[in-house]
Amino acid sequence: MLATAENIKSLHDTVLAGLQEKFGEGIISSEIDYDFPVFIVNHENISDILRFLKEDAEMNYHFLTTLCGLHYPDNKGKEFGVMYQLHNMPENKRIRIKTFFPENNCEIPTATNIWPTANWMERQEYDFFGINFKGHPDLKRILNMDDITFFPMRKEFPLEDQTRDDKNDAMFGR
Amino acid sequence: MAIEEPKRSKLDISHSPAGIEGPGFFATSLEKAVGLARKNSIWPLPFATSCCGIEFMATMASNYDLGRFGSERLSFSPRQADLLMVMGTIAKKMGPVLKQVYEQMAEPRWVLSMGACASSGGIFDTYSVLQGIDRIIPVDVYIPGCPPRPEQVLDGIMQIQRLVETESLRRRDSPEYKAMMTKYGME
Repeated sequence: MLATAENIKSLHDTVLAGLQEKFGEGIISSEIDYDFPVFIVNHENISDILRFLKEDAEMNYHFLTTLCGLHYPDNKGKEFGVMYQLHNMPENKRIRIKTFFPENNCEIPTATNIWPTANWMERQEYDFFGINFKGHPDLKRILNMDDITFFPMRKEFPLEDQTRDDKNDAMFGR
Repeated sequence: MAIEEPKRSKLDISHSPAGIEGPGFFATSLEKAVGLARKNSIWPLPFATSCCGIEFMATMASNYDLGRFGSERLSFSPRQADLLMVMGTIAKKMGPVLKQVYEQMAEPRWVLSMGACASSGGIFDTYSVLQGIDRIIPVDVYIPGCPPRPEQVLDGIMQIQRLVETESLRRRDSPEYKAMMTKYGME
């Protein structure tokens, strides 16, 4: 499929119709983000939605390109999220699924039983955001040191190394 | 018929240390003889993690040729190395590895920190990068630059040579040295 505006629009409409027919209220909203159809869905339905997108013959999004965590501290009640980027290789169609959940219940079902490749991706998002992927076979840190005590990509943690005393406010805007 | 003088090389080879010289003998202190030998046969261990390592490769190649300083033999085993050359960003996760490599080296050992990242963390002022290797191992010579040119690496090696040549044979037994190692949590 060529990534023309009309093709993206029709892809968006087809997938949205398919999802709404099957899940109804589980689909919260959708948009076209540049050349990517994005579907924001209810986090309770996420496993079924992903499995449907992978296994339905019409959809056939069999490949999980990537998965990443999201943190919007100002969105009360849905501070954290996960983004899945799916690829239908035979027809070269790509879509993005987003789902949000609250900080005090920062967990979501794992996608490892749908795509084994999600294993390391989910470990990375656990490592950086502290998102608990329920049912993950081996949820532990993957990139950071094991003894790190925080989740560095959460917005409340400053990026800079906190052990330096030679960089002061006057010169480095700390 | 005039006989031509044989042409003399202008190459500057190592100077002999101060001593007493006579026909067929030369006497100097053991410390100076050892310093001269060590200085011209340093075996470096390249701990190259990023772009500084590429500059080091240029330093080893024929244009700059670290072999001119007696260091053409790199040691990839820390147990046979004299000089640990840390070149590149050291992530905090790499810190314990670097420290273990240092601890495996036999005394006397020297450390050269090449480039902004190894010396101070460089531009990577972030939670995941070690802000200078001198937080975990003692460093003898720092080379500034991002990355430094091969000329600077040669200069750093010559600074190391100066330290090696003049180091007292008893320095590593001194209380100051032991106190420093204790500060780094070693021995």
